[in-house]
Amino acid sequence: MTPGRAPTAVSLGELFRGFCLIGLSGFGGVMPWARRYIVERYHWLEPEEFAALLGLGQVMPGPNVMNLSVCVGQKFQGWRGAIVAPLGMMLFPMVIVLMLGLAYLRFGDQPVVHAVLRGIIAVGAGLIIATGLKMLYVYKRRPLALAIALAIVIAVGVLRLSLLPVVAVVLTFGIALEFAARRR
Amino acid sequence: MPTLAELTLRFALLSLVAFGGGNATLPEMHRIVVEQNHWLTDATFTELFAIAQAAPGPNILVVSLIGLQLAGIPGFLAVTVAFCVPPAVLMYGFYRWWQTHADAAWRTHIQTVIGPLAAGLVLAGGGLIAVTATTASGSWTTLAVTAATIPLVLRLPWNPLWWIALGAALGLLGVI
Repeated sequence: MTPGRAPTAVSLGELFRGFCLIGLSGFGGVMPWARRYIVERYHWLEPEEFAALLGLGQVMPGPNVMNLSVCVGQKFQGWRGAIVAPLGMMLFPMVIVLMLGLAYLRFGDQPVVHAVLRGIIAVGAGLIIATGLKMLYVYKRRPLALAIALAIVIAVGVLRLSLLPVVAVVLTFGIALEFAARRR
Repeated sequence: MPTLAELTLRFALLSLVAFGGGNATLPEMHRIVVEQNHWLTDATFTELFAIAQAAPGPNILVVSLIGLQLAGIPGFLAVTVAFCVPPAVLMYGFYRWWQTHADAAWRTHIQTVIGPLAAGLVLAGGGLIAVTATTASGSWTTLAVTAATIPLVLRLPWNPLWWIALGAALGLLGVI
């Protein structure tokens, strides 16, 4: 296979193996690894197509990488691929987290477990907030986008309103305002 | 404790508004699981978040851990399936339609609304964990460490794994 050329056929087995590796590599974030494997190593997608599918994954609910795996699986193997690719990606992380969860049920009352987790919680919350800020950074020159993020933080984070109606209202008004603003 | 059917239904519904992934739904999960139904305490909820952060894989694993805690291994499986399948089916349906409208202007419009919406949800999720952990422990150190982490993470391009390891070390040394 010529490097940089997207292959026309990827088998179910290749999809499963590839996404298994992506899922396993994803300590602290799967996305960089997904790109490394899908674009650079296997050449399943051109960089532009990867970016486009990532964009689609971001506008759909659910984790981006899972959405991406469904798309890649579907592209090469139809509905079978759309099942096999996300399954492959989830398999090992699921087993590992199940082990951790069972260990927590068993040993969760040990002081040392609480101590370690307390540290991870504090830093982990910072990691998540930093991720949110990075997601927002690309919209720094768009007042409407910043207003949407602020409205969500207040409604969901501070006022603790129910998520479903909040998302429905913000989506409706946000998209209406965006269309109105672009038309002018 | 909730029944498997109730858990499955609640998480399936939640998955449909999970813009930004699993961490984006932390505030709503906390509302359902801790505030409304008292199925979990604040302390357990935040500890499950920490375990999911330390594990490899997509950030929806916190959902699976909540299922495990509430209903054992059947709960783990039911909640994971309930949270993964609806978005995957939606994605499957939208894929081709999205591809055929590659140059449509409305695609950009939708992206510029859902992008910040997801960012807001993720921010609210991180904030909720920090505040909840601070209230549960009664110590302000948690909040201080979270606040100190943010600018460092934004500036230093470390693998998130190192930040998690640093947090574990701080906890083990009794700093937090």
